[in-house]
Amino acid sequence: MSEHYDLLIVGAGPAGMAAALAAAPSGARIALLDDNPVPGGQIWRDGPGAHLPPLARRLRDGLERHAIPVWSGTRVVAAAGPQALLLEDPTRGWRVRYDRLILCTGARERLLPFPGWTLPGVTGAGGLQALIKGGLPVAGERLVIAGSGPLLLASAATARAAGAHLLRIAEQAPLAALARFTAGLPRWPGKALQAARLFDHRYRAGSHVLEALGDDRLEGVRLWQDGSTVELACERLACGFGLVPNTQLAEALECALRDDAVAVDDWQATSRPHHYAAGECTGFGGSELALVEGAIAGHAAVGEQTQARRLFPRRQRWQRFADALARDFALDPRLKTLARPDTLVCRCEDVPYAALAGRDGWTDAKLVSRCGMGACQGRICGGAARVLFGWTPPAPRPPLSPARIETLLCLEDEA
Amino acid sequence: MSPAQARADVIVVGAGIVGSACAHELARRGLDVLVLDDRRGGATAVGMGHLVAMDDNPAELALSAWSLELWRHLAPDLDDASAYRNCGTLWLAADDVEMAAADAKRATLAAHGLDCQLLGARALATAEPALRDGLHGALRVAGDGILYAPNAAEWLLAKGGARIIRHAAQVVQVCGNLVRLADERWLRADAVVLANGIHAADLCPDLPLRPKKGHLLITDRYPGRIHHQLVELGYVTSAHASEGTSVAFNAQPRPTGQIFLGSSRQFDTLDRRVEGPVLARMLRRALDYLPGLAGLNAIRSWTGFRAASPDGLPLLGPHPGQPGLWLAVGHEGLGVTTAPASARLLAAQLFDERPPIDPTPYQPQRFPLAQSAVPAQEARP
Ligand SMILES: Cc1cc2nc3c(=O)[nH]c(=O)nc-3n(C[C@H](O)[C@H](O)[C@H](O)COP(=O)(O)OP(=O)(O)OC[C@H]3O[C@@H](n4cnc5c(N)ncnc54)[C@H](O)[C@@H]3O)c2cc1C
Ligand SMILES: Cc1cc2nc3c(=O)[nH]c(=O)nc-3n(C[C@H](O)[C@H](O)[C@H](O)COP(=O)(O)OP(=O)(O)OC[C@H]3O[C@@H](n4cnc5c(N)ncnc54)[C@H](O)[C@@H]3O)c2cc1C
Repeated sequence: MSEHYDLLIVGAGPAGMAAALAAAPSGARIALLDDNPVPGGQIWRDGPGAHLPPLARRLRDGLERHAIPVWSGTRVVAAAGPQALLLEDPTRGWRVRYDRLILCTGARERLLPFPGWTLPGVTGAGGLQALIKGGLPVAGERLVIAGSGPLLLASAATARAAGAHLLRIAEQAPLAALARFTAGLPRWPGKALQAARLFDHRYRAGSHVLEALGDDRLEGVRLWQDGSTVELACERLACGFGLVPNTQLAEALECALRDDAVAVDDWQATSRPHHYAAGECTGFGGSELALVEGAIAGHAAVGEQTQARRLFPRRQRWQRFADALARDFALDPRLKTLARPDTLVCRCEDVPYAALAGRDGWTDAKLVSRCGMGACQGRICGGAARVLFGWTPPAPRPPLSPARIETLLCLEDEA
Repeated sequence: MSPAQARADVIVVGAGIVGSACAHELARRGLDVLVLDDRRGGATAVGMGHLVAMDDNPAELALSAWSLELWRHLAPDLDDASAYRNCGTLWLAADDVEMAAADAKRATLAAHGLDCQLLGARALATAEPALRDGLHGALRVAGDGILYAPNAAEWLLAKGGARIIRHAAQVVQVCGNLVRLADERWLRADAVVLANGIHAADLCPDLPLRPKKGHLLITDRYPGRIHHQLVELGYVTSAHASEGTSVAFNAQPRPTGQIFLGSSRQFDTLDRRVEGPVLARMLRRALDYLPGLAGLNAIRSWTGFRAASPDGLPLLGPHPGQPGLWLAVGHEGLGVTTAPASARLLAAQLFDERPPIDPTPYQPQRFPLAQSAVPAQEARP
């Protein structure tokens, strides 16, 4: 027999924590799981170099106060029967059944290949942030941040607080789009202030990375800026080209997608009965939107429609912010042309761009080149292939992430 | 609209390992070949690619042994991406009964001239230390190997040079030496070879093909854990079952250091989804033989469909009711192994030659196949 919960929540970022806290007063038996060591998701990632804001602490304390079990360091490995998931943590694998499920699996950074992107010293923008919060020393290092979206600013803030010497933030979106975006910011409390703190003379619009330079590790970066190329010597380059919703688990559960994100209705309900989704797995929009969506999903999942409905206006306000983000930070098609024939697209299997260009689609390319067949199973190169070639990787198969064979034995009993 | 003569002597439908081997062989003989494939993917893309001598009956042994010889002959020229390795097979005996079966198999294979020897318990433990204690021994078949079939198929086509033209198109009807494409065009050639695996039955509903679903799983990279393709002797029982679900232990060392695990067999489903209970049963079986796998990470599982004929042998030769249509289908779980010999047998019949092995056991006319369906009105030449 496997464990059973009224409500299971996957992902303990803002959306997942808000969902749990919204549902808790109903008395439902709730469990929350997340593959990170502590609750907080991407934005409130803890570690020796992290500074948690009061809101994050309040949410965490709330989980404790309601005595909601939080399984940290725990991954969903597979769907395991009609309303059950197979889970794994460092010591065991087990099956959990549920009446209701809320997917709060968030998003991950989109990485695009360009010459030199695999050199040591080059990371994702959010990736660098996570490394710093995890204790990576960057004091005194020269840093260039490039890509797109507000995450570049957040990453810059973390790096500067840790003593990095920030040389440049290269935002690919054109100045006109940025001007439109910032002009709208005062409509969202707090955002304008945040932005004012972050924008400065090192920020360039309409600028993107062309190449990371160096032999064995990063020595500099070549950027496209103001209509010409510039080179900057640096020790670190952090690049992120927006976010990609984490939809693998939703797909494995056969929930429908819309625009590459989990499709939900007003109640945050997915196309599959009893399955809800909230936060960035339903499309990017920032932590404020994730929080309110999570709360709506939490209420709706325990049948509290009235409480859920009360939050609709707030969601709508933050949804407009999300829409503005999507519009104003749309990716420049030139970013598709950065890779050279020998630039690796799939790092797990060392597959260069030339081995993919001209193939008939993801499956065809994968079969002949092994692209996406490595340990990350296309989580990185799949997102890049989507932008570069317009290919859609098929729905994931179990395990959703590497899992011990003994864990998979738990699938034998679907009762 | 009258059918256009394809700019080729032969049209091959399907670019899996079998269609590719046929196109390769026909091109080698100087014919121009048009290969049509709609890239929906087939067994070649998902199978295990174990090159293995199978001896369930004399015809299976004749075809697989000859084909293995052909693969070994091609091996020095194959590209790296085809990942051919002559790793040999160990047929594992768990008890005395299976050891006797191993010995019988040795006698059969040896009589056919194959290099094989029995290993006792101690020799087996030395050869494959990761296997559990207590196995009675194994039969080692030295000439067996492994292949990454999707790329071997690509290589076979590429070797045909200008004689092979590939066209991405879906065939929606065949009628003797005519094919109709999804865009309503009809094409004609001197001969049409149907080599589109399980989907051949869509185009020729009289073909006695049944899907047999199989599950496979691959681990992360753990180099050096196993060295041969490892198969339990009980595999033969599993492979023979004609109803129900069966699993058998089958493990392959990939050149990447990954461990590739099979196998399961299920009938009459075309649902591609991985079924947890079947996968788990298959893995439990694998742990019976390789207990050290328990803590290793699996990175992916998937399924595929074998195209099974009633007697387990492929259909190779002319369709008895449709002049101009040739069949190369029904390769069940052995098509990567038997592709080159299948192609030779087919070509020999097309050229009206006597092949090195008797083609009769594989000829389609052993089954009652229907006359040609009347071609659509507009198709009449
Ligand atoms: C790398 C990165 C860094 C970011 N940094 C910032 C920042 O500094 N400031 C900012 O304002 N915004 C940042 N964002 C954006 C921010 O994450 C979102 O705006 C918002 O907070 C999303 O909340 P969420 O709850 O939807 O998802 P997340 O916070 O992403 O939480 C999802 C959680 O689910 C877990 N999860 C996913 N799949 C599984 C599974 N199968 N099994 C178990 N657990 C699973 C994830 O590990 C994660 O902990 C960042 C985003 C990313 C991708
Ligand atoms: C789980 C599993 C494990 C296996 N393990 C092994 C093994 O270890 N050793 C071994 O020798 N064999 C093995 N096999 C069997 C082997 O993979 C198959 O016998 C072989 O790949 C069949 O090749 P094929 O070319 O006949 O068909 P397929 O590979 O199925 O190719 C058919 C092609 O036709 C195309 N097509 C289909 N319909 C149409 C249409 N209407 N129009 C245009 N194109 C079309 C498809 O896109 C496809 O490319 C295994 C099979 C499975 C499923």
